[in-house]
Amino acid sequence: MIGRLLLGVAAATVAGGLSPPAAHAGPSLDAIRERGTLICGANGSRAGFSLVNSEGRWEGMDTDVCRAVATAILGDAEKVEFVKVTSQTRFPALQTGEVDMLAANVTWTLTRDAKLGVDFVAPVFYDGQGFMLPRALGVNSVDELDGATVCVLPGSTSEKVVNDVFRARGMTYTPVVIEDQKELNNAFFAGRCDAQIQSTSGLSASRATVAANPEDYVILGEVFGKDPMGPVVREDDADLRDIVGWSVYALQQAEEFGITSANVEEMAQSEDPEILTFLGATGDLGEALGLSPDWASTMIQTVGNYGEIYARSFGEQSPLQLERGLNALWTDGGLHYPPPFK
Amino acid sequence: MAEASLRMAPRPPGAVSALRERLFGSRRQGLLTVVAGFALAWVAWQLVRWAVLDAVGPGGTSQACAAASGACWAIVGEKWRLILFGTYPLEEQWRAMLASGLMLAGAALSGIPRLWSARLAAFWAVLLGLVLVLMAGGVAGLPEVGTNAWGGLPLTLILFCCTVTTGLPLAILLALGRRSDMPVVRAICVTLIEVIRGVPLIAVLFMASLIIPLFLPTDLTVDKLLRAQIGMTLFFGAYAAEVVRGGLQAIGTGQYDAADALGLGYWSKMRLVVLPQALTHVLPALMNDILRAFKNTTFVSIVGLFDILGATKTAIADPNWIKYAPEAYIFILVVFLLFCTAMSAYGQWLERRLEHADKL
Repeated sequence: MIGRLLLGVAAATVAGGLSPPAAHAGPSLDAIRERGTLICGANGSRAGFSLVNSEGRWEGMDTDVCRAVATAILGDAEKVEFVKVTSQTRFPALQTGEVDMLAANVTWTLTRDAKLGVDFVAPVFYDGQGFMLPRALGVNSVDELDGATVCVLPGSTSEKVVNDVFRARGMTYTPVVIEDQKELNNAFFAGRCDAQIQSTSGLSASRATVAANPEDYVILGEVFGKDPMGPVVREDDADLRDIVGWSVYALQQAEEFGITSANVEEMAQSEDPEILTFLGATGDLGEALGLSPDWASTMIQTVGNYGEIYARSFGEQSPLQLERGLNALWTDGGLHYPPPFK
Repeated sequence: MAEASLRMAPRPPGAVSALRERLFGSRRQGLLTVVAGFALAWVAWQLVRWAVLDAVGPGGTSQACAAASGACWAIVGEKWRLILFGTYPLEEQWRAMLASGLMLAGAALSGIPRLWSARLAAFWAVLLGLVLVLMAGGVAGLPEVGTNAWGGLPLTLILFCCTVTTGLPLAILLALGRRSDMPVVRAICVTLIEVIRGVPLIAVLFMASLIIPLFLPTDLTVDKLLRAQIGMTLFFGAYAAEVVRGGLQAIGTGQYDAADALGLGYWSKMRLVVLPQALTHVLPALMNDILRAFKNTTFVSIVGLFDILGATKTAIADPNWIKYAPEAYIFILVVFLLFCTAMSAYGQWLERRLEHADKL
């Protein structure tokens, strides 16, 4: 009887149960094509990066990157299956093959890249770590924080940054480690700690949305560390790595060319040979990556260019109202510099 | 017994006068009653004001909530679909609803003692098979929905039903094994029970979701839901096994001897004589474990599954609604309270019924 029960459970978990071994060792790309969907690990609880909306649909910049990659490989932005990962489970999920790629606001570091058997591809969001405190404390610089209690997320970049910052200054602090970003925000605004450290994007988001009175809190001007975030893939598939990287660059290049989801068909009639090559009207860029010639044009049509994604995730169309800052294109004084499409 | 004698105790004449005697018997008592009464009334008034009078109803907007001083039930109106069904595709939602309905109906039927037989296990195997096929799709024209998209109430119910239906047989086997004469079987059962009971459920789930896959070859992936389910089943099985063992120990040797004298083999003896009595003895305690299994389903949100709690946590990450997290939590508190109160009321009814049967 038990055997039958277990069998029933196992047999009926068909969808994702025991998947057959991949056709070749390594190539994740083959597995994606065979399966017909891209499995993408995302956080789901980080405003701007990834959230689940009221209808149960995944939204945010990370999820749009996944949709862009799915469009490039499978020609359909909806052929993505999202898996919720946390900062503890994201790397094991990728390493064990549970997901094909991570778009889970992961900071690119040497150690992670070298030691975890994963490859960071291209930054989609540049961030840094900052401290936020109640204005009433009258603190203007990190140097005045000796003995402070600091709310911090476990296993995050900020946990390491706060440690380094205080050690370098010979100061001490009491960490208040809180698992969940939302709980951490609540704890901070309820006064459980003097300061909280996280990415400046996160700080401004929580100040704008959680604080009863945003004016009462100050984000210190000192920004520590570099937080380039972007998609991560396993090291075993160089083809997939290329496609993910150039998908990100295509989103940015489209913005640089002024190609949007609205005008992509119009731009296909452009006189500019570079734009024609980019959109696949001429040349063989798609073929070089093993994709269809119109991969970039389909991608921009369905997902939009980087600027459109930014606007609806972080910018003026989102509640976060975050300036482009470092995330502007290089032509506008930012850091996004897509390599040439030729 | 004690309860019965209390119930039999003669009621003092005049409930109103007794109440007056208790509340206003002396000056001090009267004063305390008035002070406590005012305090309670004040708290109740504040609560009503927050939850009803100043609140924004489920049809409201987040802007209306920001302006109001009371509760924001608009978050429930806005997010109920995400909380109850997670990331399950909107157009396929009827399948998730139907699956939940099937499991609730199955659970209600299983509560009728007249239907308790070996056939109940077969019934659940079929029912759960049906539910899982309905949720997963891929047959009969139903679009395929991966377990990654499952969430909310159906996921919670699937985890709960699978835990109980696979965990109970496991518990009985473990309990029998622990009392077995065969040293190897006994050692295995004791080790399994003690190791699992010695670690927290979170550790079991992390083990199942993070560590087990590292041992498996990379081209073999076992579904995350299935892994979590196996962890939950083992955990429930180990705890329930000890409850069942308590029941087994309560059966006198006379019963065993009588069964032996009838020439029954080990399994017939257990099935026909020992287990029916032992399980009846421990039913209330088992109900307690079953209730706990329901609440334990919330732990899976930690390994990235959208059960009701996980889906709620995701729902309140929305910057527009982040301030109204308490209202969303109160909503799922009510959902859990409904389920758990129903189960606990059923447990009490069962207990009374068994007490009655004992006396016959």
